[in-house]
Amino acid sequence: MTNPEISELLALLQGTNITVFELEREGVRIRIEKPAFPSIAGMKLVSRENTSQDHAPTEGGKTVSHSPLSNKESSRTVTSPIVGTFYRSPSPDASSYIELGATVRKGQILCIIEAMKLMNEIESEFDGVVKAILVEDGKAVEFGTPLIEIEIAPEN
Amino acid sequence: MARPNPPFQKILIANRGEIAVRVIRACRELGIRTVAIFSTADRNALHVSMADESVCVGPPETNSSYRNIPNIISAAEVTQSEAIHPGYGFLSENAHFAEICHSAGVVFIGPSPESISLMGDKARAKALMRETGVPVVPGSIGAVASEEEGMAIAEETGFPLIIKASAGGGGRGMRIVHEKESFSNAFQSAQTEAYQAFGSKDVYIEKFFIGPHHVEIQILADKDGNVVTMGERDCSVQRRHQKLLEETPSPLLTARIRQEMAETAVKAAKACGYVNAGTVEFLVDDNKNFYFIEMNTRIQVEHPITEQAFDYDLVKAQILVAAGKSISDTHKPSGHVIECRINAEDPWTFTPSPGTITRIIPPGGPGIRIDSWVTQGSVIPPHYDSLIAKIIAKGSDRNEAIARMKRALSEYVIDGIKTTIPLHLEILEDPDFIRGKYDTSFIESFMGKREKRLQQEKIEQEFDEGNSPEMTHKRSGR
Repeated sequence: MTNPEISELLALLQGTNITVFELEREGVRIRIEKPAFPSIAGMKLVSRENTSQDHAPTEGGKTVSHSPLSNKESSRTVTSPIVGTFYRSPSPDASSYIELGATVRKGQILCIIEAMKLMNEIESEFDGVVKAILVEDGKAVEFGTPLIEIEIAPEN
Repeated sequence: MARPNPPFQKILIANRGEIAVRVIRACRELGIRTVAIFSTADRNALHVSMADESVCVGPPETNSSYRNIPNIISAAEVTQSEAIHPGYGFLSENAHFAEICHSAGVVFIGPSPESISLMGDKARAKALMRETGVPVVPGSIGAVASEEEGMAIAEETGFPLIIKASAGGGGRGMRIVHEKESFSNAFQSAQTEAYQAFGSKDVYIEKFFIGPHHVEIQILADKDGNVVTMGERDCSVQRRHQKLLEETPSPLLTARIRQEMAETAVKAAKACGYVNAGTVEFLVDDNKNFYFIEMNTRIQVEHPITEQAFDYDLVKAQILVAAGKSISDTHKPSGHVIECRINAEDPWTFTPSPGTITRIIPPGGPGIRIDSWVTQGSVIPPHYDSLIAKIIAKGSDRNEAIARMKRALSEYVIDGIKTTIPLHLEILEDPDFIRGKYDTSFIESFMGKREKRLQQEKIEQEFDEGNSPEMTHKRSGR
């Protein structure tokens, strides 16, 4: 199975209600999962930045300065639903999906996590403003790693 | 001293608990870096802090974490692990996972996907063993077409026998037949029940053993086709197919039977093109006839008793064999080794006892090995199996091994949760166990005897209290 074929599959699944898709052909099995909500709501997770590079037991991420405690009421953190590599753009030459301060809508793609050669698009589950991008481009993330902090738009 | 050329630079351990700790220890000795995976329930577990790196692969539910193939493969990729050790349980006997490892360019430390799926399919495995000349439990080959055919097979197999639904499970469509006269009725009712429960009338017939022995042979095979055996493990002390205590050598076997079983195990391993460590399980009757039950295509929980008896590291051997090394050395066993599985369970009702360990003092001294994953403050999550530690006691003979085990069990302090330590202490005092006269019905009769004894004690106590009303009065007045 080639990358264009996989891209085609992903395109076909886009906009459908299908959340899990599996295909087995010539000994290769492909499974595509599209979580209804990309992050696990209500789950509190300690940040473990740079797991693969940094072995010292650190308290939270050192490289990124953010204060998750401030504006607790109005901001939400999007966490990684899978293990993989975090990318801010669809390809190295393309521009980033989002920048700091950008306004995002629910369902908008925020970033991608590459896992097993598959690009998993992570969507926002909130309307709001990007307050912090907590992971560097190209870094490994684990399940539950905080990725992006979004300041929720006040309800009218 | 670290080896100048470790077989792999880095290994990911796709497991948790004591086996993850065990694999990390083997890697350390070989100079291999380790990657632990964990669920959010295990963030503070020992295997996570012992490993060089760790990756959270999901929430507590095992299907989303320790059985989550995409996340585990992805964790191996982002950490650049060259190989994955699956431990036991979880994905260790999942042929699909082994195949994905290969296609992702990661070495699966275990047999080939083909061997795993062949041995995982009970009917195919049994057919292959029969062809190979490995004795299997006597009975019909596949489904029995008619009552007449069934009767013919029954007479050949002998009684007692068991009729089972081909599509079955859970005891439905199952009949134990003790004599020829009741065969006809039992066959018909099994068929009817099978049809009602599973929509298929197909049933098969097998010889039924009352209280058989469960004895398994450890094998190790390399890519050059060398297959060696490392003695047996008697695992007959079990409750509802859950092993509690294992020992080697088995008190049941003679040197001749042991030799025959070892040769048969090699035959079984060669028949499925087996590579790496594996276990061939046999059912042994009181006349020491043995029959193949199944092959476990992974490292076993009870592997340490073989390691202690043979002074041989099976987990290191698994890694070296997976890296293409051949088995050159032969080892001889010595002494007697027993393992007790310490579970976070009520020792008498066997209900799980999750919670926090408030204090723990492990035993030590001559001949004692502890494989555990818990420390003071460890939280035993309710999501996983209840095994918290294994005590392995070696002695120059069986009596010394038993004495050392009893000493170790009584030294072991674990506060905050209930454990199976009191149960093991009583098993080791049982006259039948001490004589080495036990089979898979041992625990049931042991618990029966115990129940009876406790009732007797209660009656005696009530009788005493009845005779001294003053005493009773004093007690209730407290």
